Amino acid sequence: MNRRASWKQLVATVAPGALWLVVFTLVPTLLIFYTSLLQRDPHGWLTGPLTLENYLRFLGLSAEGFDPLYLNILGRSLLLGLVTTVATVVLGYPFAFFIAGSARKNLLLLLVVLPFWTNFLIRVYAWIVIFQRKGVLNVFLDRFGLDPVLLYPSWSAVYVGTVYTYLPFLILPLYASVEKIDWSLLEAAYDLGASRFWGFVHAVLPQTLPGLVAGVLLVFVPAVGTFVISDLLGAGKAVLVGNVIQQQFGASRDWAFGSAAAFVLMAVVLAGLWLYARWTGERGMEDLV
Amino acid sequence: MEQRRLFKGKRTRTPGGEIIVRLTGVRKRFDSDTLALDGVNLEIRAGEFFSLLGPSGCGKTTLLRILAGFETPDAGRVEIAGRDMDGVPPYRRPVNLVFQNYALFPHMNIFENIAFGLRMKRLPEDEVRARVGWALELVDILGLERRRPHELSGGQRQRAALARALVNEPEVLLLDEPLGALDYKLRKQLQVELMNLQEELGVTFVYVTHDQEEALVMSDRMAVMREGRIEQLGLPEALYERPQSRFVAQFLGTSNLIPARARAEHEVETPLGPLRVLQKLAVGQDYTLSIRPEKVRLSRRGPNGGNRVTARVDDIIYTGAENQYLLDAAGFELVAFTLNSDIQEPGYEEFDYDEHVVVHLPEENLVVIHE
Repeated sequence: MNRRASWKQLVATVAPGALWLVVFTLVPTLLIFYTSLLQRDPHGWLTGPLTLENYLRFLGLSAEGFDPLYLNILGRSLLLGLVTTVATVVLGYPFAFFIAGSARKNLLLLLVVLPFWTNFLIRVYAWIVIFQRKGVLNVFLDRFGLDPVLLYPSWSAVYVGTVYTYLPFLILPLYASVEKIDWSLLEAAYDLGASRFWGFVHAVLPQTLPGLVAGVLLVFVPAVGTFVISDLLGAGKAVLVGNVIQQQFGASRDWAFGSAAAFVLMAVVLAGLWLYARWTGERGMEDLV
Repeated sequence: MEQRRLFKGKRTRTPGGEIIVRLTGVRKRFDSDTLALDGVNLEIRAGEFFSLLGPSGCGKTTLLRILAGFETPDAGRVEIAGRDMDGVPPYRRPVNLVFQNYALFPHMNIFENIAFGLRMKRLPEDEVRARVGWALELVDILGLERRRPHELSGGQRQRAALARALVNEPEVLLLDEPLGALDYKLRKQLQVELMNLQEELGVTFVYVTHDQEEALVMSDRMAVMREGRIEQLGLPEALYERPQSRFVAQFLGTSNLIPARARAEHEVETPLGPLRVLQKLAVGQDYTLSIRPEKVRLSRRGPNGGNRVTARVDDIIYTGAENQYLLDAAGFELVAFTLNSDIQEPGYEEFDYDEHVVVHLPEENLVVIHE
């Protein structure tokens, strides 16, 4: 094979992927970044000159002093993402094993996927029907002579809704890992003197890590950025960074500030993933990529 | 027999040690209605290299898994090192298993794999290091301890799996077709190494295989299993030379099986004509005669009678070391192997297609099977 041919082959194999990345990832990201450096004119259009004003505003740094309004909102979003991730792992991890060990695997998987057949908004509205003052939950409590609870609108409802929405995204990749587990490794661990606990830790858990990592990413990243769930179940009172961004592109018509907020969110999430990969070592890095 | 020559130790057939594994009436049935084990009785002595041989589905692996503690027998008693194993979990048994697929932990390096059992026993770190070092040297993989299992060759993985089991100093080492995944040359080499290792350490080996040659080469004693039962148990020579059933005669090597009816105490009527046997028979009873192809003698001409029949050469298969002749003796098919030795040697003969030869079935080579 001469050099020319190999150069052509390289272009032929790499170019489609590279083009895809440039068109769908690099260019949009650069556009958002550029927008975030512009300013809003009185009519809500974008205008120059380039400035860092939007970032300073998000960080709460201005001439009048420090105001952590947006940083608090970002913190709330990260907390929601974290709690949702932990909750879905706690619920989903045993469930993935339950599916894999069941004789009715396909039926259970169908039940996990079934909610996707209904529109997302309708599923979130359904929680309002359950949680509202005279909703399903309170009717049920009333039957048993218990006091009603006011869950809608509330942060609790937002948390429940988020966990509910993203649970399948944890279960499905995790199930794919659990399904492939080589159980002879667990037997080997037992044979070498491991108790049930250590057998699980050393022989089963490591085999589920790829699925677990994929699931955690699929839950954490969108949960941090969610705005529909908080909007509906929080009835406008639960403000997350997603709501802030959405508002800038909608009612407030401040695309520049919205872009800056989106960029900060992206930076924070990427930094979090980087720390996570560092913490889990070489293997975690491989799983992320 | 190359591997015999390479084998360093002096085989002490039937070691006189105490009984270390005793199975009494062990039964196991899986969900289907076939019995995996159908009342197995077995005694294995300390220091013995014991093989379980049989076709797939004969129950040999189930038996091994019962010893390891991964399966519970439905009935019967399992004793290891004098202790009843009923209700004893795998992690409290004085045995270790070498898995067929090695089952090395992929996320640990070789050192951590071998150290696993010692770590579970919470041995001090310097002792762990010393013993892993000993095990690495024992199986000759020193220098590979920082590698992950997927970075090793099949043979190296096999050695690592062996070291991981042996480092725990089990009373009995269970091996589940440990060489099954390796190519022929490597298998031959590891057979010798396993024998040396077993001799050196004096650990009892219970070795499951479906490879009859492997079992014959390596075992002190062996058992041929069939449909959940032990068909025959004894020295490899005994099983090969004096099979007690048609199944053993055919599963271990190749046999000519000749249906026979006793005409007199030492004479039978067969499709080949009357034959004499050494064993005393019950007149009128039906038997099967077994004779190994290499024990059938062929010549161009010879005297009549005395267990000699004429046959026509139907086919010749050249296998390198042997010429295998397919013979037609009055409609009955016989197989005879002759060693492909020096043509100059007196008495050496080769035969051609369709040639008529004299087939001698020496009475001392005819084994009478009561079936």
